[in-house]
Amino acid sequence: MIDMILDGLWIGFKISLILLPLILAVAYTTFAERKLIGYMQLRLGPNRVGPKGWLQPIADVIKLLMKEIVIPSGANKLLFLIAPVLFIAPSFAAWAVIPFNAELVLADINVGLLYILAMTSIAVYGVIIAGWASNSKYALLGSLRSASQIVSYEIAMGFALVAVLMASGSMNLGEIVKAQEGPFWHWYWIPLLPILAVYWISGVAETNRAPFDLPEGESEIVAGFHVEYAGIGFALFFLAEYANMILISVLTALFFFGGWLNPFMGIPYFEAATDWIPGTAWLLIKAAWFLFMMIWLRATFPRYRYDQVMRLGWKVFIPVTVVWLIVLTFMIKAGVGPWFTGRGVL
Amino acid sequence: MSRMRRWFRSYFLTELIRGLRITWAHLRKRKVTVQYPEEKTPQSPRFRGLHALRRYPNGEERCIACKLCEAVCPAAAITIEAGPRESDGTRRTTRYEIDMFKCIYCGFCEESCPVDSIVETRIFDYHFEKRGDNILTKEQLLAIGDRYEAMIAEDREKDAKYR
Repeated sequence: MIDMILDGLWIGFKISLILLPLILAVAYTTFAERKLIGYMQLRLGPNRVGPKGWLQPIADVIKLLMKEIVIPSGANKLLFLIAPVLFIAPSFAAWAVIPFNAELVLADINVGLLYILAMTSIAVYGVIIAGWASNSKYALLGSLRSASQIVSYEIAMGFALVAVLMASGSMNLGEIVKAQEGPFWHWYWIPLLPILAVYWISGVAETNRAPFDLPEGESEIVAGFHVEYAGIGFALFFLAEYANMILISVLTALFFFGGWLNPFMGIPYFEAATDWIPGTAWLLIKAAWFLFMMIWLRATFPRYRYDQVMRLGWKVFIPVTVVWLIVLTFMIKAGVGPWFTGRGVL
Repeated sequence: MSRMRRWFRSYFLTELIRGLRITWAHLRKRKVTVQYPEEKTPQSPRFRGLHALRRYPNGEERCIACKLCEAVCPAAAITIEAGPRESDGTRRTTRYEIDMFKCIYCGFCEESCPVDSIVETRIFDYHFEKRGDNILTKEQLLAIGDRYEAMIAEDREKDAKYR
């Protein structure tokens, strides 16, 4: 009995070790986004709160926490309050299977890939319920858009993950990274380059980020599914969006860029020179680059029209992934090196 | 051929990469933000801001209640009532009010004034705290004029040769 309680506490402690830095990272991702987009638009971005604006996210959090929670008349109270939780819980829960280095993983399960897919798809329920429970036209439109968008891109994303699964022969995220062992040209980004593009763009679409932010669509439907949310409810949606961004960035690094692996592994001199950098730092550096890419994309591209989003998802991504799955089959069968050597049958 | 080119362009994301390069270049450019309370943009001496009523160097108010400004004001923001002054019987305004909510800062009042009495200063950052504060009375306008007379005189001086 005591053992179980102690075990529970130990797991709780490990969860907090992941979640607290994650929440901090989310807060500072918002800051980085505002700064970077500001710089890309020749502005300075927030620079008033604290030195160089570094306390801005803290101020934002305090403001949002102190605001009143407004429940619109005619809203379904229970669903309205539960929706932000439904949205944020899976985006945190998905972190359970993320390996930060060869040993450091909360739940080392063999179906990590499926678990990730499940968690990222559950989040859409939060969006749909939020839109439906708000008793607002705009919120409903936003949630409908979100539903169809996520369903469309889920397929391309699923196919992309099938390709990763085929290449590595494992659903365990740690095993996927270990299968890429070697210098940076051993990673899956070269044999799976089109899959990487599809996965990355689908990931941007799944997190409802620009240029796929139709569920929010400020210029058309105000703020989409979260129009009616204020204060902490809005904060949760915001937090979850950024947590999802970080998650997709980390996943891209894990699947295609060797996760915690040193890019110079096995190269003389370079490996010795970079040996002191811990694996977790490599993972974070790679993830930070993709996070930057997301912000960069948002600063650059206008929002897609709705039919274009659907066309891209169904008529471009799905055929591309299917074709590349066939190509990949041949590559694996032929044992194309250095990625699939020793696994070839032909 | 053009279909091939289009196919190439869309599948290799060439145009998207061009767009990304533009934002990257902007990321590294000099920022143009003016951080307002500490930094200010240069202002012309002709700037038309808050109004003021001026006095002659001997302390006598310039305004002679000719009501030209009231007549020319396109927004009908100026209200003047005139009468002889009690002390010496000269024609003066008994009431001179500008509704700052109506004023469009066109500067016609200043141009029409034969004695350079009503002027627009270069002050633009002011506010009102109560309803009714937006109507500036004669006393307030004269006070503004007294307070900023040096600046007003300097600005008129600079602009005099172009009038």
